Amino acid sequence: MQLPDERTIWRELEKITDPEIPVLSLVDMKIIREVTVRDGKVSVSISPTFVGCPALDHIKDEIKTRLAGLGFADVEILTTYTPPWSSDMLDENAREKLRAFGIAPPAQTSEIPATLIIPAACPFCGSMHTHMEGEFGATLCKQLFYCDDCRQSFERFKTV
Amino acid sequence: MSIDLPSSLPRESVLSLILALADDELMLGHRDSEWTGHSPILEEDIAFSNIAQDELGHSLVWYSLYEQLTGKSPDAMAFERSWSEFACCHFVTYPKGDFGYTVVRQYLFDEAEQARLAAFEQSTLQSLREISGKLIREEAYHLLHSKGLVERLGDATEESHRHMQAGVDQAFPQALGMFEKLEGEDGLIEKGVFPGNDALKREWLDRVVPMLTSAKLTVPASQTNGSHIVDIKPDDGGRKKSHTQHLKQLVDDLQQVYRIAPKAKW
Repeated sequence: MQLPDERTIWRELEKITDPEIPVLSLVDMKIIREVTVRDGKVSVSISPTFVGCPALDHIKDEIKTRLAGLGFADVEILTTYTPPWSSDMLDENAREKLRAFGIAPPAQTSEIPATLIIPAACPFCGSMHTHMEGEFGATLCKQLFYCDDCRQSFERFKTV
Repeated sequence: MSIDLPSSLPRESVLSLILALADDELMLGHRDSEWTGHSPILEEDIAFSNIAQDELGHSLVWYSLYEQLTGKSPDAMAFERSWSEFACCHFVTYPKGDFGYTVVRQYLFDEAEQARLAAFEQSTLQSLREISGKLIREEAYHLLHSKGLVERLGDATEESHRHMQAGVDQAFPQALGMFEKLEGEDGLIEKGVFPGNDALKREWLDRVVPMLTSAKLTVPASQTNGSHIVDIKPDDGGRKKSHTQHLKQLVDDLQQVYRIAPKAKW
């Protein structure tokens, strides 16, 4: 039996969405970084957004299950830090999908302390009259904000 | 997937370094997690729960590197070792104490992490460079938070100052134990793996002494010719795997569920 080619593998992997942010695929997010196939064995390189992310085991299982569905029994998942995942890897398309889902995209800065004062636009009404309620949020990758105009809480993706 | 160290590097010393890093993160992560549901305010409950989760994640990364070099799994390292086999410093094993102690401990640890990880980014060992490049960006949020708390609580009210000063008095000698010399450390310095604990301690003192002092806290350090000196006895022993009963209690707690059913699938 002929095993599917690399393009087919990528198309399958593109279907895997972030468990916390179901509008973004792991490929969109650049969490899935590289795929190599050799002698029927697939190596998938992933880079976690935050290394303590509890969704990582689920993500690895999902990758293996989907590739098994394509006929690949031998799948190896490697974690790469070359380079480490950065919120800069979210392109404008990914940032827009976050906004549409109700999560403000990450502040674009290389200085983490600056994120305390860089304002976030409300993803619901667009207002800049917002403030940070919590430096930490419900998940490792998000922080808590409040919009003083439409009076809703929202989260912003952390800059990392 | 296993990796090999360059043969020029002293293998046992590198493993000692990685183990110390992993064990420190695991223990502090566990102590931080003890605040979940018990913090003085909700925001701090969320903050320390996040920080704890990050620390545990960091321990997993270091244990995973250890696994690539030795074949021993992170679960085996965390859940199957006896308390007398851990190489964490005493500092991270002590009970969480009151919030003042916790804030001071977190701040002192976070500054040490900044110094360590920044140094590792220049390491001759590629894995250390790459992992540190990732971890240092996550740690930046911890330091931002703990530093902010020290600034605010150090001299806010008489009560907050009292708790914070008591925290510094207790934590400072303990913190010095983070920099206890590792066995074979000279070999690591010579090969450029890291600059050594003495250098890291000096860097750390240059950060924490001015910061704590500016928050109106008294620190047992003096300054001579531009360098900070401490003349108190450091709480060493952890790196030699000589521990107090506090670690035994922590490990019994940490391993309690695993021990009941070691083969359980979660």
